[in-house]
Amino acid sequence: MDLSFLAIQALNGLASASSLFITACGLTLVFGVTRIVNFAHGSLYMIGAYTAATLVPWLLELSFGPVTFWAGILVSALVVGLIGVLIEVLLLRRIYGAPELFQLLATFGVVLVVQDLVVQVFGPQDILGPRAPGLRQPVEILGRRFPSYELVLIAAGPVVLGLVWLLLRKTRFGVLVRAATQDREMVASLGVNQALLFTGTLFLGAFLAGLGGALQIPRVAANTGMDLSIIAESFVVTVVGGMGSVPGAFLAALIIGQLQAFGILIFPKGTLVVVFLLMAVVLAVRPFGLFGRPEVIGGTHAVGIASRKPQRNGMIWGIGIVALLACLPLVADQYLLKVATEILIFGLFAFSLQILIGVGGLVSFGHAAFFGLGAYGAALGVKWLGAPMEAALPLGLVLAGAGAALIGAFVVRLSGIYLAMMTLAAAQILYAVAFQWVDVTGGDNGIVGVWPSAWASGQSAYYLLTLTLVAATVFLLKRLIDAPFGYALRAARDSESRAEAIGLKVRRHRWLAFVVSGAAAGMAGGIYAFSRGSVDPSLLGIPTSVDALTMLLLGGIQTVTGPLVGAGVLHALRDQIMPLTSLWRLLLGLSIIAMVLIFPRGLVGTIRHWREERA
Amino acid sequence: MTLLAVQNLGKSFGGVVAARDVAFTLERGEMLALIGPNGAGKSTVFNMIGGQLRPDHGAILLDGQAITAASPQARFRKGVGRTFQVAQTFLSMTVVENVQMALVSCHREAQGLWKPTREHYRGQALELLALMGMADAADRSCSALAYGDVKRVELAIALAGGPKLLLMDEPTAGMAPRERAALMDLTSSIAASRQIGVLFTEHDMDVVFGHAARVLVLLRGEIIAAGSPDEIRQNPRVRQAYLGDEHALHAPALERPA
Repeated sequence: MDLSFLAIQALNGLASASSLFITACGLTLVFGVTRIVNFAHGSLYMIGAYTAATLVPWLLELSFGPVTFWAGILVSALVVGLIGVLIEVLLLRRIYGAPELFQLLATFGVVLVVQDLVVQVFGPQDILGPRAPGLRQPVEILGRRFPSYELVLIAAGPVVLGLVWLLLRKTRFGVLVRAATQDREMVASLGVNQALLFTGTLFLGAFLAGLGGALQIPRVAANTGMDLSIIAESFVVTVVGGMGSVPGAFLAALIIGQLQAFGILIFPKGTLVVVFLLMAVVLAVRPFGLFGRPEVIGGTHAVGIASRKPQRNGMIWGIGIVALLACLPLVADQYLLKVATEILIFGLFAFSLQILIGVGGLVSFGHAAFFGLGAYGAALGVKWLGAPMEAALPLGLVLAGAGAALIGAFVVRLSGIYLAMMTLAAAQILYAVAFQWVDVTGGDNGIVGVWPSAWASGQSAYYLLTLTLVAATVFLLKRLIDAPFGYALRAARDSESRAEAIGLKVRRHRWLAFVVSGAAAGMAGGIYAFSRGSVDPSLLGIPTSVDALTMLLLGGIQTVTGPLVGAGVLHALRDQIMPLTSLWRLLLGLSIIAMVLIFPRGLVGTIRHWREERA
Repeated sequence: MTLLAVQNLGKSFGGVVAARDVAFTLERGEMLALIGPNGAGKSTVFNMIGGQLRPDHGAILLDGQAITAASPQARFRKGVGRTFQVAQTFLSMTVVENVQMALVSCHREAQGLWKPTREHYRGQALELLALMGMADAADRSCSALAYGDVKRVELAIALAGGPKLLLMDEPTAGMAPRERAALMDLTSSIAASRQIGVLFTEHDMDVVFGHAARVLVLLRGEIIAAGSPDEIRQNPRVRQAYLGDEHALHAPALERPA
């Protein structure tokens, strides 16, 4: 490994750092002013890439030359900026006061909508943009050839940093942005036109995302997977740098760019892991990132389960419902039983998340980690230890519980949005491990041949087994929520300082909640693995986490039984609608947004509210 | 034996000295008020005694035992109860559950996994609420209460731990004048009957001179005067500290029996 090679790697690192910074800078500015973590930022980046890859070749045909190319890039970024304005006016403006969980979910709804719309507008195939006129010849650096376009990218990062700095320091708009980042309420009470400020910030943020995406077109083909991969990296950059801090984002992007460039030499398959480990380490040492400040807001934002009179016949109702469900195999066909099994599994998965979110106020955005660990634990037990189902299921549960204990130990020091990001990062690390550690996990293909023992292999038998396990776990968790353990979690959610003043060890309680919730999710994951006969990395992916959150939201976050109902409804809808339309994600995204905007209590919560209003 | 002894406590934030050589003692059953103009360091001193802040130097002794570096949880176990400037209760729970939660924690049963919380110590919790005159509201949600009632619930929570020392940060802030006197009357009678030492900060001079047995005056992080309400009222340095606000130190128009 000689010096010139290292120099080229470093330059590669700088080039990706620049692209990353331009995108992440927009994210961090938007967060600083609006306090919303915009999941759709990656979608804006993707739209930027698609727009540029379509627009620039068309422009170049009209008049070939560097000016046209760069004008095309800028116009694409401007278009994306206007889309950002549209999103602000139509959606974000309505959720500034909402709990952060709802904000995250609503912007994720936008991600889903954009995914389908991009395919509709630009077609399903990847689009590679033209190379930049005047920059097609590689340059020679230390005897090695290096693409000249990359050099322009390297320069673009500092240029954008400089321009943003000038904008923030020298213009009235910039002063307002900085003031709002420091103290939004004070800016509001000084009579600043908030709406204009927020819309302007969203334009700027979206413009930067679009610019980041548009600049990629000569390097990477615009594709439909761009949004989630860039948003994950941008989250890491903004969190490591400190949310809301532009210089922090620049520094973090530089570190991460180099880490990726050289990490690939040391761990050829582990670059994703290295990046997320960096974030874990930084947050463990500095809970608010490198340049971040403790959140001023928060605390009052927790929504969740509240005390209500115990149902007189709750136990009888519960037994009755379980007995009714146990009779299902008498009337249902194989397909219906399979669907019912999955609903039960996802009901348990969502219910386990309710312990963290509804009871503990801990917004975990990476709950798929524990579901996937349970599934992989069971599958690995079968594949490598030859374990039967009876041993593999507990193995999955233990692995998920242990994973939750480890992740929880990092996470319980954090709060609010940092906690959500850290759990997301943890899930992404596991996703990367499952994806890249092919020898053990089977990589993208996963592990097949995970079948239940003979006595449970029939569809009816497996359904009954699932029902038994899920009912028993839900019953135990319900006891735990009503017992002092659950109340102590709620106490810490309602008022941390009061909880400490009555002697509650808040962090230990939260850590235990992670272990319990993770183990329950792992149980669900294990059952799921055996019901499908296989596992694959998608079980650990962001969409799986969002599924759990959607079920929770759909059922109602303030109710104990909500997640179970939510799982049933979401699954049934998906089952009915998905075969009919290719726009399933669009519909799901719009429903999530609609739920957040007009239906925040969820189904069970709304019905109960309606009944209480009448009473 | 002295209940609380604070010895040359100091704390600075950057270059700002918020507390300098603060020293005082508090006896069982005594009501001690800590007053001073805004920014004098009252909250800093208070939070160092409550465990929310770690002092730079000095010592805090409870019954002769050092608690200088103890966490809020550990202080609670040693018999320190407190209320906050903005009342802190568990708003998602009913009034009685708030008190039950404190009792559960006091008996170290917060890890309980089986028996429902509402069946723990309900009788005891209701007694405490009755003492506060809140028994009728026991099963209402804490979030549905008027602020004055929330303050009384908070006091019940603080008393549930069976404290020897009660810290009250601006106990009457945000309450109507009549409620203020009632709450402080109640507090002093409980302090006397249970031999609880009470340290409180307060802006309302009627409350201070009507209910404190002794008053400490803090100015720019230092105690400039200590003594009975009458001595404090006559003290020239204190008058100067409150310059421009002389009426604040006049005897309350309506003397109340403490």
